[in-house]
Amino acid sequence: MLAAVLSLGGIGLVAAAALGVAAKKFAVEIDPREAAILEVLPGANCGACGFPGCSGFAKALVNGSTAPSLCTPGGSDTVHKIAQILGVEAVTADPKVAVVLCQGDNRKATEKYRYLGLEDCNAAQKIADGPKNCPGGCLGLGTCARVCPFGAIEITVDGLAVISREKCTGCEKCIAVCPRRVIRMTPLDASTHVLCNSHDKGAAVRKYCQVGCIACTLCKKNAPEAYKIEAFLAEVIYEHHREAAQVLEKCPTRCIRDFSTGYPEGSSFPPPTVPVKPAQVD
Amino acid sequence: MNLKTFPGGLHPPDSKHYSATSPIAVCPLPEQLVIPMGQHIGAPAEACVAVGDLVKKGQLIATAKGFVSVPIHASSSGEVVAVEPRLHPMGKLLPAVVIKTDGEDCWDDTLQGADPAELSGDELKNRIRAAGIVGMGGATFPTHVKLSPPEDKKIDTLIINGVECEPFLTADHRLMLEESERIFDGIDILRKILGIERAVIGIEANKPDAIEKLSREGAARNVAVQALQVKYPQGAEKQLIDAITGRQVPSGTLPMEVGVVVQNVGTAAAVSDAIRLGRPLVERVATVTGPGIKQPKNLLIRIGTPLSFLVEQCGGLHGEPAKIIMGGPMMGQTQLSLDIPAIRGTSGLLIFRQEDLPKKLEAGPCIRCGRCVTACPIHLAPTTIAAYGRLDMLDEANAYNALDCIECGCCTYICPATLPLVQTIRYAKGGIMAKKRTI
Amino acid sequence: MENQLYLSSSPHIHGGETTDKVMRTVIYALLPACAVSIYFFGLPALSVLLICTIGCLAAEALCCRLMKRALTLSDGSAALTGILLGLNLPPSAPWWLSLFGAAIAILIGKQVYGGLGSNPFNPALVARVVLLISFPVQMTSWTAPAPLGSGLDAVTAATPLGEMKTAVMLTGKLPELATSGFGNYLTGNMAGSLGEVSALALLLGGLYLMLRKIISWHIPVSFLGTVIILGGVFWLVDPGTYPSPLFHLLTGGLMLGVFFMATDMVTSPVTGKGMLIFGFGCGLVTVLIRLFGGYPEGVSFAILLMNAATPLIDRFTKPKIYGYVEQEAAQ
Repeated sequence: MLAAVLSLGGIGLVAAAALGVAAKKFAVEIDPREAAILEVLPGANCGACGFPGCSGFAKALVNGSTAPSLCTPGGSDTVHKIAQILGVEAVTADPKVAVVLCQGDNRKATEKYRYLGLEDCNAAQKIADGPKNCPGGCLGLGTCARVCPFGAIEITVDGLAVISREKCTGCEKCIAVCPRRVIRMTPLDASTHVLCNSHDKGAAVRKYCQVGCIACTLCKKNAPEAYKIEAFLAEVIYEHHREAAQVLEKCPTRCIRDFSTGYPEGSSFPPPTVPVKPAQVD
Repeated sequence: MNLKTFPGGLHPPDSKHYSATSPIAVCPLPEQLVIPMGQHIGAPAEACVAVGDLVKKGQLIATAKGFVSVPIHASSSGEVVAVEPRLHPMGKLLPAVVIKTDGEDCWDDTLQGADPAELSGDELKNRIRAAGIVGMGGATFPTHVKLSPPEDKKIDTLIINGVECEPFLTADHRLMLEESERIFDGIDILRKILGIERAVIGIEANKPDAIEKLSREGAARNVAVQALQVKYPQGAEKQLIDAITGRQVPSGTLPMEVGVVVQNVGTAAAVSDAIRLGRPLVERVATVTGPGIKQPKNLLIRIGTPLSFLVEQCGGLHGEPAKIIMGGPMMGQTQLSLDIPAIRGTSGLLIFRQEDLPKKLEAGPCIRCGRCVTACPIHLAPTTIAAYGRLDMLDEANAYNALDCIECGCCTYICPATLPLVQTIRYAKGGIMAKKRTI
Repeated sequence: MENQLYLSSSPHIHGGETTDKVMRTVIYALLPACAVSIYFFGLPALSVLLICTIGCLAAEALCCRLMKRALTLSDGSAALTGILLGLNLPPSAPWWLSLFGAAIAILIGKQVYGGLGSNPFNPALVARVVLLISFPVQMTSWTAPAPLGSGLDAVTAATPLGEMKTAVMLTGKLPELATSGFGNYLTGNMAGSLGEVSALALLLGGLYLMLRKIISWHIPVSFLGTVIILGGVFWLVDPGTYPSPLFHLLTGGLMLGVFFMATDMVTSPVTGKGMLIFGFGCGLVTVLIRLFGGYPEGVSFAILLMNAATPLIDRFTKPKIYGYVEQEAAQ
């Protein structure tokens, strides 16, 4: 019994000593700031900053080759903390979130054909330019939802992608994969949007979608600084989003929506709190 | 019969009984011909006529752009009523020339035939190019380019593809039975251009009458006929070369690498017409067939004829169509409607009703059964490539030779989980090629 | 403007074989073995099979609910796992053992990995091994066959392999039964788990599967071949200590393992070459455990070990493509 205890204990002590010596002798010098920065970064490894994961970003920050404001998921809190560690000025841009500029789910927009195959928007787009008649509308096959590292995108049961303004961190991964370019970055505090992405003339839009923009210009007539019409499509001028929200009833197709009253039909996200707080990713 | 074959592949029911015994019927002229500018591999042609122009049959209406391109001709005489984007078999609006036929069907009288014996190889090639000849098996690769291998590639064999391995299609079969003279003449011209002696026609054993006829007629003309085991995709270039010559085309290269040039029987016949009669490619034989057609036929159609007109000529639709396929059921392209024109590569029009579609349309998870690996004629592992494709791991997909896939459809046909393997592998290929372009 | 036409990537026809057809065919192939086991062991056998199958179906339904996925019961894989698990249990297994095993098979053996197609190990074998290690007494209480209608009561007995292992460990020599009684082994008139018994019924089922092209010949041939050859070598060296290859073939779970467990598509390699290596490895480990290991039966462990090696085998047996170009030459 004693022999067993002594031998095992002895092996343990020797191993511990060896490890301790190795830890000292083979230690790699890292800048302590890198570890501190890594602590405050969100740790989502989303790549929005353009570096390979949070550790890559931390390394680049310490080398001085990049700026703290690139971490959009972390928000201004993180940017300030990083700036403090590095001893530089924190320059933050206004937070932005992604919006799917479309409300044309299966019940509101017509299909060009019945699609059979891989449940991927890019694959479907390759077949006769996608199963929707509308050239710019959301296909609803979920490629954006699958790529979002923060679970901020859902596909409603009627096939429409909806992005939660509270969960979106602005990493822009969804925008990169969408073949229809229907997702746009918008200021976080602007909750009114024209949810349409079709530049077809009004009569054509009417044929394939009940809630598309027909460029009737009523929105612009009632709130001239808040809207612009370009190539048969209205767009909110976000500096004046408050005025834009006043004329929602004027829109005949109801394609303009104020998200503070709720997300498009079919979405399970609760209406965002106003003002929307930037997403905190820990 | 000594039947040759290649490893892999499978045996879908050939469904040729719908139209195999129906002789080629001439399809009447439609009121309007919609002729797209992009009907071939390579740069689309550029229209050189304007609205209001009167054109004759065979007249040039679009010029070729670059070496890998061919000119396009009017399929009948009439008036140009539009030069604008029209719905194309690829599913989008693409430039086309629309001709209102005048019913006279007069050939352009400047077209002149010649005796191939009096022309050099280069002159023959130029005439083939000027006639707009492309691969008629469906690939539509410009023929003059195929006949111009670089100096260092020594060609010794011409293989004529009379296999027609796609189920339902019988156009090439009927062409071999009814127009063998033109085919043999075309073979002679092609041999002269390539400067070789050896020509072999490959025919699948389910066409014994064609094998018998061409063997008999070919004996006197120094053209061999090789009967091949009935298997899909025997008609795929690489598999055909392997079966007939035993040579394998190295990955990433073309048949010229092993000294072979392959041409479809229809292309050979078109080459004969182009040289002897001076006629450009304005018509072809296509099989209009499927359980969704009342009277399946093999029709001699004009390029630019709307599919709806072809259906009318065949007694109309049988029930509600669920899929309109241009080509065969294994590699054909589904169409948005029948208001789409037939083009140079249209070897067939296949109509399926809902009840003719596979019962199980939704994909389940891959059960790793390995059937796709056994069936793949290129010996790839489709399940692995598709798995990487679904995860967007393109480097790994490339390591499993995704780019070698010939998209024949054997893997998807046999998959018990009805996974869209060909589509997923195509997606991976597209991603890999896009990545290569950005490097 | 609603278009009722379908558009999809080619091909547009399908061979007609579906996953549920495959699973159903395997279940049909197992029915003879189930029938024989019910004949020899009576109602206890039937109840074990039923509880395992229903348990697996219930566990799968529960998982689909919890994971918010569509119900996958109709693909037949859960039912198949249930029957295979039942065939791996002794007829005297209590109902809670069968139920627990069913839950382990589906929850741990399959669903945690992502469901059908994603599991690296054979679910029925995972459950069997878990049960064997957790409840060794219940899992090794065998009864002698009491054929239906014979009026015999269940009597504890040892399996032929168990007898052999005990005898060899105690005396270094094979017992009488190991050198005779092959007729009984073939038909199934011996003690053992439900699926261990009738080699004949299982062989018939396996041949049926090969004829229907559900499984290929590679794994059965290499697995059986390795057992015969390796077992034969040892038997030739010392027939008093090592049993004959025929004994190996007819006893224990070898037939069940070879035709129904090792050939499970999800957990075996996809290429022919890979399958041959897989079968060889299974045969090797089976014989080693049977002859030199602590357990009397080695098939389950052998198959599970080779399941673990499958991704590696697949990696090294990438098929050589048509037109294969040596990498150096391509440069």
